[in-house]
Amino acid sequence: MNVVTRPSIPGETEQPSLATQMSRPSRFGDRAFEWLTLAMALAVIALVFLVGWQLARGSQLAIAKFGFHFLTTSTWDPVAEQYGALPFIYGTIVSSLIALIIAVPLSIATAVYLTELAPLWVRQPLVSLIEMLAAIPSVILGLWGIFVMIPWLKAHPFPLLKTLFGWTPFFEGPIYGISMLAGGIIIAIMILPIITSVSREILRSVPNLQREAAYALGATRWEVTRIAVLSYAKKGLAGAVILGLGRALGETMAVTMVIGNTPQIKASLFAPGYTLASVIANEFTEATTDLYLQALFEVGLVLFGITILANLIAQVLIKTMAGATTTRAVQ
Amino acid sequence: MNNPNSETLIFVPPILATRNNQTPMKFQKILGKLLAFGLLVACARSVSAQMMINGAGATFPYPIYSKWFDEYAKVDQSVRFNYQSIGSGGGQKQILEQTVDFGASDGPMSDDNLSKAPSKLLHIPTVAGADVVTYNLPGDPALKFDGETIAGIFLGQIKKWSDPKIGALNPGVKLPDQEIIVVHRSDGSGTTYIWTDYLSKVSPEWKQKVGTNTSVNWPTGIGGKGNEGVAGQIKQTSGALGYVELIYAVQNKMPYADVKNADGEFVKASLASITAAMATAQIPDDFRFSITNAPGKDAYPIAGATWLLVYEKQKDPAKGKKLVEFLKWAAKDGEKMAQDLQYAPLPENLQKRVLQRIDEIKM
Repeated sequence: MNVVTRPSIPGETEQPSLATQMSRPSRFGDRAFEWLTLAMALAVIALVFLVGWQLARGSQLAIAKFGFHFLTTSTWDPVAEQYGALPFIYGTIVSSLIALIIAVPLSIATAVYLTELAPLWVRQPLVSLIEMLAAIPSVILGLWGIFVMIPWLKAHPFPLLKTLFGWTPFFEGPIYGISMLAGGIIIAIMILPIITSVSREILRSVPNLQREAAYALGATRWEVTRIAVLSYAKKGLAGAVILGLGRALGETMAVTMVIGNTPQIKASLFAPGYTLASVIANEFTEATTDLYLQALFEVGLVLFGITILANLIAQVLIKTMAGATTTRAVQ
Repeated sequence: MNNPNSETLIFVPPILATRNNQTPMKFQKILGKLLAFGLLVACARSVSAQMMINGAGATFPYPIYSKWFDEYAKVDQSVRFNYQSIGSGGGQKQILEQTVDFGASDGPMSDDNLSKAPSKLLHIPTVAGADVVTYNLPGDPALKFDGETIAGIFLGQIKKWSDPKIGALNPGVKLPDQEIIVVHRSDGSGTTYIWTDYLSKVSPEWKQKVGTNTSVNWPTGIGGKGNEGVAGQIKQTSGALGYVELIYAVQNKMPYADVKNADGEFVKASLASITAAMATAQIPDDFRFSITNAPGKDAYPIAGATWLLVYEKQKDPAKGKKLVEFLKWAAKDGEKMAQDLQYAPLPENLQKRVLQRIDEIKM
């Protein structure tokens, strides 16, 4: 959520200097407005720190007991009170990556169709349909996953994948239906609307001058889309993807219902997995001992850390990518 | 950096944006109506000045508890109950922190947790349920299991349906040479507590390797969330085997196996055979009992009770008095409603002891 607001910070820092130059006659309203907005902005930052601090405080016992091993061991045993989160970390990252691999091309292609190619009468109904997808509650999607998607996946696409790619370690072993791949697919469905909506807004905001200039140079439709639109909007599209990634990492209920909830690290995507968010959702309500609860808090802390880390990495990527793009867009 | 679009990118969910533009009036009207309704409810409440008794905990008995609170409102109109089914862990935590007037748990509290209580905490058993072994095999044959075999399957030692151990228990049933796909609950639950408690009693190896808890480190199998998750997985997978609550299996017409009890009899899970297990089980004075693998010819072995948790010394005498009245009503009249909702009621001998215990609550 905090991703998209970030790029506006550079603009903000310039404003105070401008304002001080102009406002010789004291303007209380402007001052108050400035302070108010500053307070709001700070409140958001404070909230993030508060969440982090609270999670860290809540998991003190577990951190002290397991230390770094919490991140590197694979045993999760509430009876013996041995907790290691590695399989959950692995599951969260892998399922989110699968989701991105599926959802990003689909979403961006949909957004391009909706803004550049689709006849006008198709656009609004399609947009509404995609937005409706976002309105489906997670639990409902999960139930649909168990009773409709999984049987279908098990009957058709999974066996096909196995015959085609069964020789790789990623598609071997028995097909249960419930699997890391199914988890990734359900996340993909859930992040598709947000990536599509944001991408569409970004593509729509590409100035028509850009397109007209490209057409004037004799570009075909595909060339216009590629050079004048997509290239121009690259940075914004990457922002849309990050927004999707943030969602994917934290997606809980629907994933829990189809991923198989088995804390293991297997190369095969047909094997069941487990995510950080799922283990919290599954076990928090019935956790009775202190250490158990604290270990679950620490899982939350790890998820918090991974989300922030993923955002930071993605932003660095965008920065480097944007540098390369702008030069090309200008050419 | 010189790209103006991405610099000023602010995301407004399109749904909100369009709705607000089109129908601000409608939205306000609805809001107004909601507010009015809220005020009305608030007024109604303050007029009758009812006492609120708050409870929180187990999800398994939630349907019967809410039925009880509903019915009890007709018996005593001066008191209202508010029960949040947040899970047994939450129930235990909240009653220890005294943020609720009573807690509820699907498993008895551990000595460790009980020692944290500021004063003596009582366990009041209310109703019981059972876990059944359900499966998906071609032709849905009726099967029989014993504890040793179930433990073997869940430890990952018995891997195939054609295993001679299963065959010996089911003479005449043609079992396929198919892999057994074990399905268990992934969410922490009283159902899993009963299941692992039973396996710990019948298999020393299970007790040593895995143990008893609301969630455990499973040696094998895949996890489904909730009864519906486990059931869904079993229904779709030929050769799958797992456990669900008896009520769930009955309502969804799933096949379930007879299980050999401590007396060597094969018993079908039913409300009667659960109550039979409670009647013959060893029940200690603090009511922190387990009725898995109970002795007795008719006892179904994979069953467990659920408890209310109340302090022996009630801090608020007025509330305490009302709570005791309710508990007595529940133990006498409430129990009669159990069977309609597919819960096993307490047997008579236990009911008597529970009533005596309720009498010991002091204001």
